[in-house]
Amino acid sequence: MHARKPPRDDDESDARASKTPEGTRAVLDGNEINRALTRIAHEVLERTKGAHDVTLLGIPSRGVPLARRLARRIERVEDLDVPTGSLDITMYRDDLRLAPARALGKTEIPVGGLDDRVVVLVDDVLFSGRTVRAALDALGDLGRPRAVQLAVLVDRGHRELPIRADYVGKNLPTSLRESVTVQVEETDGLDAVLLGPSGPSPSTVLKGGLRPGALQYPDSLQGSETTEGDL
Amino acid sequence: MPENHGPYLIRGARPLGGDPVDLLFEDGTITAIGADLPAAQGTRIVAADGLIALPGLVDLHTHLREPGREDAETVASGSRAAAMGGYTAVHAMANTDPVADTAGVVEQVWRLGNEAGYCDVRPVGAVTVGLAGERLSEIGAMADSAAKVRVFSDDGVCVSDALLMRRALEYVKAFDGVIAQHAQEPRLTEGAQMNEGRVSDRLGLPGWPAVAEEAIIARDCLLAQHVGSRLHVCHVSTKGSVDIIRWAKERGCDVTAEVTPHHLILTDDLVESYDPVYKVNPPLRTAEDVQALREGLADGTIDIVATDHAPHPVEAKETEWSTAAMGMIGLETALGVVHKTMVETGLLTWEQVTDRMSAAPARIGRVDGHGRDLAVGEPANIVLYDPAAPVEVDGAAMVGKSGNTPFRGMTLPGRIIATFLRGVPTVLEGKIK
Amino acid sequence: MRHLLSTGDLSRDEATLILDTATELAQVGDRSVKKLPTLRGRTVVNLFYEDSTRTRTSFELAAKRLSADVINFSAKGSSVSKGESLKDTALTLQAMGADGVVIRHSASGAPHRLAGWVDGSVLNAGDGTHEHPTQALLDAFTMRSRLGRLEGLRVAVVGDILHSRVARSNVLLLTTLGAQVTLVAPPTLLPVSVYTWPCEVSYDLDEVLPKADVVMMLRVQAERMRDSFFPSVREYSRNYGLDGERLGRMPADAIVMHPGPMVRGMEISAEVADSPRCTVTEQVANGVSLRMAVLYLLLGGS
Repeated sequence: MHARKPPRDDDESDARASKTPEGTRAVLDGNEINRALTRIAHEVLERTKGAHDVTLLGIPSRGVPLARRLARRIERVEDLDVPTGSLDITMYRDDLRLAPARALGKTEIPVGGLDDRVVVLVDDVLFSGRTVRAALDALGDLGRPRAVQLAVLVDRGHRELPIRADYVGKNLPTSLRESVTVQVEETDGLDAVLLGPSGPSPSTVLKGGLRPGALQYPDSLQGSETTEGDL
Repeated sequence: MPENHGPYLIRGARPLGGDPVDLLFEDGTITAIGADLPAAQGTRIVAADGLIALPGLVDLHTHLREPGREDAETVASGSRAAAMGGYTAVHAMANTDPVADTAGVVEQVWRLGNEAGYCDVRPVGAVTVGLAGERLSEIGAMADSAAKVRVFSDDGVCVSDALLMRRALEYVKAFDGVIAQHAQEPRLTEGAQMNEGRVSDRLGLPGWPAVAEEAIIARDCLLAQHVGSRLHVCHVSTKGSVDIIRWAKERGCDVTAEVTPHHLILTDDLVESYDPVYKVNPPLRTAEDVQALREGLADGTIDIVATDHAPHPVEAKETEWSTAAMGMIGLETALGVVHKTMVETGLLTWEQVTDRMSAAPARIGRVDGHGRDLAVGEPANIVLYDPAAPVEVDGAAMVGKSGNTPFRGMTLPGRIIATFLRGVPTVLEGKIK
Repeated sequence: MRHLLSTGDLSRDEATLILDTATELAQVGDRSVKKLPTLRGRTVVNLFYEDSTRTRTSFELAAKRLSADVINFSAKGSSVSKGESLKDTALTLQAMGADGVVIRHSASGAPHRLAGWVDGSVLNAGDGTHEHPTQALLDAFTMRSRLGRLEGLRVAVVGDILHSRVARSNVLLLTTLGAQVTLVAPPTLLPVSVYTWPCEVSYDLDEVLPKADVVMMLRVQAERMRDSFFPSVREYSRNYGLDGERLGRMPADAIVMHPGPMVRGMEISAEVADSPRCTVTEQVANGVSLRMAVLYLLLGGS
């Protein structure tokens, strides 16, 4: 009964220690991330005509703090409460059998539910699209939103499903031999998007689990077992 | 049935572990012992350099299962297993179906043993009719029969009625018999599955307290002394039992006792696997008990090693613990286990092993022609044992019909190379004839 | 871990992971669609040699909420009642491709034996007087959700400890999770080696009650009286039964638990059983989430 645990707050020190791993470079720093989120907040307001029906759902783990920040930004512009929660997609993954059972992230649906809401899913990285597919399945079991939209901090391409994001912080052309690592202050101690060579080989990743505080996006589909970003 | 009465010349064997000599025997009798004996024409030579020669082993406690459970063992298959273990005489316990409680049944078993010809089969007669513990079986008739029964036991069941036990002890005095008691207080062991203690409590298996054995042994020693009869205690398994027997012997009680090879080495924590190969009556006890049993055997409190060889078919063991049969086979591994637990530890010499596994059991069972010295003029019942040939125990490789050995996978330090029953090889070059 | 046979096999991290997972999965019961696709295409066999509608239904519901195919293989009216051995039954289930077997058996250790004969995961749903791991886990889950913690919690387990698989599993699990367990029973209903267990022992319920955060009452079968474990129902219940008056002497926020089925008037009075401080029905509800967690962790991965 081994399960990998999502990185937690107490992993901070590790995260700081690994903030500039060798061979990686920052493609977005904290200010740029903030600006991207602010822009997305405005786009959400615009496209949803004031965000009155919007509910934000972050996908654990990095999507959750991003969703909260987005909510605060929307609330600053428009004087309203944006219901914000989290949606864990572990039980809906299509690759569960490729690794030992995983620990579950939190699912918190805001009071009032999802029926007739415009649900904006928030995640850190859009890659193959499989996480979003799983999230759409999960949503269907939780209620019936009027519309579902997707916001991501980074779109790194290489889609494997017909899925696109409605709001993108940064389009980041990558090679499959590269990895994208998102760090957020809430869990990693600082904000950064790092681009580096691909992480450990898929088999190593499957056995060893996640490195604390840093999400690795391995280059191949088989190795794309990082839970929180994308599949 | 093995044949060929020789002559055989064993070259260079070490009698009782002593200096190497040659042994010559013909027509079932040892005819010469000495260095560099000349070999007459037609003599078969057995090279035995480094091998230990012992008189044929005698088992006071074997279950041959025939009649009734021929799927587990027969007199023939069991006596082959005995020969493979170095035995030239075994006592076949009475808990067959029908029970060996009449002259007819004991004579049948005795005859089957003779026909098989691998070892002398001495039937044990039941103390009570049908092992029911209610009235004495025809003990005298069994003693007078062709089987000449001298050992009586309800083994598998305890003669728990104190008065019945007293009568049995008294009755067998008429023909120098002995009552071999299976000491198990029945009420204290209702539904018992294993030794009562830490392991049973954790595994949730009903416990079998040591006191259930010890209380009966104490009672029987007192009874035997009171009526001046012989008592033999089967498969002693606890430290307390050793203490009680030591005390009884000191005060002059004519009691003898046996320990099984498995109780000399295995402990109840093996039950944690819930594998019924470790299920046995009496149950495996603790390491402290094992140590006391070894010491008791070394100082003579416990007189003999007896196998309690208890074959069971596969289906009786490949089941849940509580429904599995009790018992384990032991004939083919007994000497190896005694070597490992008693000789390698320095507790017994090979001379003492000879006493515990041949001379003393023959004496207790009043078995003529067995348990004798290796000397000119004595019956040529001889075992050759290689003490430096480690062998891994494999239940599937057993000569007997059943493979329920608790020693599987264990490495024993030596192996039987040859067994001769009155000069006839039943085992040669480590293989059954 | 491939099987769940004993709570003694669980490390603190593993046990906590099960409880945490159950906490997340508890939400599924409140959703409009009470189902997750996680075990789609997996087969779970409920192999029940003892009647236990409560436990079997709980496992069945748990497996179904995870979209597993569930086969109920009851000993009655099947090949088992015609004398088929446990091993042959195991080989049959194996041939049918069972990914998990939930077994309830009257023989202690039967799940251990089964685990040696099948490739799939074996879940012990109660074996003889040995263990009942999911019951202990759901008990711990209930304590944690009611009282917010397990570390340092003082838990009294009262009743027929000797014959109780629930007690064995709870002692091992709660100790692993940092709680302090006290077993309370007449000496006849305690194992002889209980002093070696990682817990306290008392013969006096009234002495223990004021210091207990949780009092777990175990069922006491009246037939134990015939075997002289205690003289009479009246005497047992006077010394070890939990009634309203004794409840009043427990700390104000202490809870009363019972694995069920309760024998009202024996170990627990109706007044206590129906009190809001008694968590019996909560335990049943938590059982489903807990068993979902175990099924997911055993069968959900590779």
